[in-house]
Amino acid sequence: MEFRDEVSIVLGGAAGQGIQTVEEILTHALKKSGYHVYANKEYMSRVRGGMNTTEIRVSAKRVRAFVRRIDILVPFKQGVLGWVDDRLSKDTVVLGEKENVEESFLGRINLVEVPLTKMALETGSQLYINTTSAGLIVGLFHGDFRAVEEYIRKRFGSKGESIVRKNIEAAKKGYDLGVKLCEDETIRVNVKKDEVVRDEILLTGTEAVGIGALAGGMDFLSFYPMSPSTGVSTFAAQHAEEFGIIVEQVEDEISAINMALGAWFAGARAMVSTSGGGFALMSEALSLAGMAENPVVIHLAQRPGPATGLPTRTMQGDLNLVLHAGHGDFPRIILAPGSLEEAFYLSAEAFNLADKYQVPVIILTDQYFVDTYYNLPAPDVSKVKFERYIVEAKPGYRRYELTENGISPRAIPGYGEEVVIANGNEHDEWGDITEDAELTIKMQEKRAVKKLETIKRDAPLPKLIGNENAEYLVVSWGSTLHVVEEAIEKLGSEKVAHLHFSWVYPLNPEAKKFFEGKKVIVVENNVTGQFADLLWKELGVKADHRVLKYDGRPFSVEEVLDALKGVVE
Amino acid sequence: MNVQLPTGRELFEPKRPGSEDIAWCPGCGNFGIRNILISALAELGLKPSEVAIISGIGQAAKMPHYVNANGYHTLHGRAIPIATGVKAANPSLTVIAEGGDGDMYAEGGNHLLHAIRRNPDITLLIHDNQIYGLTKGQASPTTMKGVKTPTQPWGVFEEPFNPLALAIALDASFVARTFMGYFKESVEIIKKAIKHKGLAIVDILHPCVSFNKVNTYAWYREHTYWMEDHDPQDREAAFRRAIETDPLPLGVFYVSEKPAFEEMVPAYRRDKTPLWKRTPKLRLVQRFFEGKRA
Repeated sequence: MEFRDEVSIVLGGAAGQGIQTVEEILTHALKKSGYHVYANKEYMSRVRGGMNTTEIRVSAKRVRAFVRRIDILVPFKQGVLGWVDDRLSKDTVVLGEKENVEESFLGRINLVEVPLTKMALETGSQLYINTTSAGLIVGLFHGDFRAVEEYIRKRFGSKGESIVRKNIEAAKKGYDLGVKLCEDETIRVNVKKDEVVRDEILLTGTEAVGIGALAGGMDFLSFYPMSPSTGVSTFAAQHAEEFGIIVEQVEDEISAINMALGAWFAGARAMVSTSGGGFALMSEALSLAGMAENPVVIHLAQRPGPATGLPTRTMQGDLNLVLHAGHGDFPRIILAPGSLEEAFYLSAEAFNLADKYQVPVIILTDQYFVDTYYNLPAPDVSKVKFERYIVEAKPGYRRYELTENGISPRAIPGYGEEVVIANGNEHDEWGDITEDAELTIKMQEKRAVKKLETIKRDAPLPKLIGNENAEYLVVSWGSTLHVVEEAIEKLGSEKVAHLHFSWVYPLNPEAKKFFEGKKVIVVENNVTGQFADLLWKELGVKADHRVLKYDGRPFSVEEVLDALKGVVE
Repeated sequence: MNVQLPTGRELFEPKRPGSEDIAWCPGCGNFGIRNILISALAELGLKPSEVAIISGIGQAAKMPHYVNANGYHTLHGRAIPIATGVKAANPSLTVIAEGGDGDMYAEGGNHLLHAIRRNPDITLLIHDNQIYGLTKGQASPTTMKGVKTPTQPWGVFEEPFNPLALAIALDASFVARTFMGYFKESVEIIKKAIKHKGLAIVDILHPCVSFNKVNTYAWYREHTYWMEDHDPQDREAAFRRAIETDPLPLGVFYVSEKPAFEEMVPAYRRDKTPLWKRTPKLRLVQRFFEGKRA
């Protein structure tokens, strides 16, 4: 069996078996060896047992999307083959031990038996099976074994030299076998290296959001743990000492967002990280942020709902929630990064936007996005601009001064000699309660019309990829950027162009121009087509086709490609 | 009451348009609490720009409009987390979270429990009139058993909430109760609470002249007493006092010195600068990426 240019490897096993260790060693070592890598995992909502899989694409050129196809499957327990049955083909190689293959598959799959357990036991313990497996796969690619060693040192260093040495020995056994399998042509892997990769970085969606927020000046994060958003809070906590920031796990999401509002009120740059259910609890405070014109940044990693839904799986199902959450009319900004670069820059920019417009800014990701990683050139930190909009409270200062663009200069307590009054009740320009009808009209219009119009005018346009004169326009938003991109590339049709939205709301009215005379295909990871509905409501653009997926799994390149073929051909 | 008003009080009298129009009922205990609070702030020599009053919702929570200080009139029950955020962002501010018994003990009850654990250096002023005023006379968590209201016409049968016993049980940092009818003593208690480092809880009894016909000015005078010979360091004694119901003890029940939230967070370990004066640490972001390359 030969694999050219690109290999899709899937590792499958139970939670707690250590697949993640294999994945980490593998991706780091292969990246260091000069291969483009992409990885994503799907896992069950449990700590031990069940069935989890990780896909790793190793390629000669940049890869950033999920594929259904499995070239090499490494099962670590019985049941893996059944779990991924629909992704197996006659070309799939199953690499591993016969004991981990169900009876019913024997004889109809390409099984390459490797005595992983035996090899691990030779090193001293069954525990080494993970490093042996990682070494095996790196060996198939003739990867740089020093990179494996280096990673093992980093990963197991704290456990002592003997553990490190044993793991390296175990990995080397696997590596030598991998090289041999390739040389005796049992599995031929023919993927060219790309020198640029060595200098690139590996980053997850979680890290991209977290480090982006820190670059944007996040100095306060309050949260209540909820999958799949917790990673961002963990990231912040682990960098809290270094960056000198406050990270506090609080009693509930209500407290989390209210604390963040208080921190912003006093001049901090605060964020909360949550998922749909947690955000639902925040909607009262979101409304306060709207009324009090209190900035706040919210990271919402979506998972399928309603209610508890599928806690560890993915969906773009909370767009309507964030669009409409909170009683009363007030503007908000919704950003949905499509690439890791965008996640970094947009998460940083979110803080400037919140500060500037004094509105909630929501960074909308999903389980697929936060758990995805690939190699990329390190983002250019000098491109991050820190924009501060706080003014001094001078005598006579009015927190809610009526202005043409709907934005009142924001002062904070303790900066300037005048006091600052913020209010969740309808208020006058000073911030005191009012029941005046005329003033109510002015304040309603200030927030929900003038300010919204200002934001709309400033909103960046979506990104058009491909032919301006194409007949079909494929629309994606957020995490589906790369899967749609690759599907269109594979389709290779001049008739099809791609329009991607990372700034999801409010839409700049000028965005309508991209749609003129086009047949519109909207691709979304939800059951109704929430973004397609938004296009209709905001721009009067009608989606001719909706390509929807809502089984809790991400789109694969093949699925999008098939769907597009169905429409275009 | 013939009280010498301290100088400096004038600073805390708001002079914005409409400031003279106070929405409390004539004779409301809240007027007294406002007086007490202004005196305490003035006697501590604070400036309005150094003080932030964060309130929830209810008649008590209208305080930010009637005292000249930074203010945030927020949501029902949420004053505590918001005040915690304010103090954390700028520890140089004197932060007061203020609201009624419904605000702090019902809607905000969970925040209260966890604020005691977290111990931010803020002062909680709970206007406890044992009834809901703004929504017109329903029972509050502290309404006494047997009291009939429009929504509990059969008489309240739930056990009244005991904020002091609860706070002492959780080893709260500072726990006190006063009756606003005692001006001088109340000013002293609030000054102590503000000066105390850590969460200071002051339950302030006061009558609701419109909806509470049981707990009147006279009732509070007859059914309270000032604790003498009480050692606030003695937690068990404090707890025994806290579960007394008639008469109700007044004074500082319990003080437990411990680090405040703002002293524990990494943000201020090396650098005391308030968060708003800081800029992003882009050099560390750059270093993070360099680490990812290796």
